[in-house]
Amino acid sequence: MSLDVGVFCKSTLDGEVVDHCFSALFGLGQNADPSYLDWLMKAWGWTLAVAGLSLIIAIILGAFMGTLRTLPVTNGMNRVLVRFSTMWVELFRNIPILVQVFLWYHVIPAFILPLKALPSYWLVSIALGFFTSARIAEQVRAGIQALPSGQQMAATALGLTTFQSYRYIILPMALRIVIPPLTSECMNLVKNSSVAFAVSVPELTLFAMQAQEETSRGVEIYLAVTFLYALSAFTVNRVMSLIERRTRIPGFITASSDAVLAH
Amino acid sequence: MFSLDLSFYNWELFTNYILKGFLFSVQLTLIATVGGIVFGTALALMRLSGRSALVYPATFYVNTMRSIPLVMVILWFFLLIPMLIGQPIGADLSATITFIAFEAAFFSEIVRAGIQSVPRGQGFAAEALGMTYGQNMRFIVLPQAFRNMIPVFMTQTIILFQDTSLVYAIGAYDLLKGFEIAGKNYGRPIETYILAAFTYFIICFSLSKIVRKIQFKVAIIR
Repeated sequence: MSLDVGVFCKSTLDGEVVDHCFSALFGLGQNADPSYLDWLMKAWGWTLAVAGLSLIIAIILGAFMGTLRTLPVTNGMNRVLVRFSTMWVELFRNIPILVQVFLWYHVIPAFILPLKALPSYWLVSIALGFFTSARIAEQVRAGIQALPSGQQMAATALGLTTFQSYRYIILPMALRIVIPPLTSECMNLVKNSSVAFAVSVPELTLFAMQAQEETSRGVEIYLAVTFLYALSAFTVNRVMSLIERRTRIPGFITASSDAVLAH
Repeated sequence: MFSLDLSFYNWELFTNYILKGFLFSVQLTLIATVGGIVFGTALALMRLSGRSALVYPATFYVNTMRSIPLVMVILWFFLLIPMLIGQPIGADLSATITFIAFEAAFFSEIVRAGIQSVPRGQGFAAEALGMTYGQNMRFIVLPQAFRNMIPVFMTQTIILFQDTSLVYAIGAYDLLKGFEIAGKNYGRPIETYILAAFTYFIICFSLSKIVRKIQFKVAIIR
């Protein structure tokens, strides 16, 4: 069995070799006769778009919910918030991601009608974002609870309110601590974005399935797709370690090793 | 506004559509857990052996499996196995092989951490008593390591149970598929997706509660 890389230069319309294969890379999809390489690059773009949007949703919601879970239960309001965030985490952690994607795509728009106008790209990103936010919330909670309790006490002794002590004392420390575990969650997110195929977002996995069927050059197609997933996850890893180095406070948090690859 | 009607969900529908899928999901989870632990332990011992001929292949295997999306791994195996053995293979069997191979990589990391969590003095003491490497692992290190690992194993098994829904990519008939087909045949897709989510939630939530209880029981007090 030999690899036939030429498949990427074939037209997706008639299977003939196109004459602008590699120039196509730079003029994304502008050609009348797109090659499989064009399609692959577009699919990669969709994967990155889904991962990027859901990453934003996941980090904001995850940091918020994780913080709520650690609130001191001193009054009724806090008790409600702690309970709410705990329920949030349990709910989104215990349902498989694919089922959650179907819920957002098929079920929730039936109840909340304006969501019907949203394209599936948005719905998948929301699903992935909420799913990942539960995991990030757990990391953030662990990060906050890893801080010496003296920090919170000192903040209280200085007369800071709960909000102020979180804003100025606890979160600046905790959010730095959670960067390494957050790195592997972000890499998981890139990999999990592959479930978007199930609701026909034209991303890498859907490309792999369709192009494999059309060309019967499955190995070449899958190799390219797998490589792009690994490359994307690796890039996330490097970017996160850059952020970690940039935000490190000398003498405070000891340098942690690079987050292990994935899961 | 859409109104929910669950009255169609009865025993007949359950036995006709859901049960088959549920049993497959459970079977897949159990086989992959057992197979994953067996091969994962082998991989972990390879990685800890210190011999480069064993360390590098095992490390490469584990890192590769962990950097590819599970859906792609499922598709890869579904493509490659028929190529290698020269005849088509069912989605069920393909999924089973895939999950054993995939979970082995994850369980090996758990086993490796578990072995490293056993104090080094234990291994040294066994050596001083004249035990061979095999005896040392068999009687001293692994029994303690596995005890430490039980809660993590169970957590991974819950994740695995959730991940089995991804066999959707190759069309195997699992719990999710059962609900989906029932929804199509009864014309009630929305209700069946809700029921699917509810079923998965109940199973995974109660299992994770049990894991938390066991965590306290198996902890070795030193």
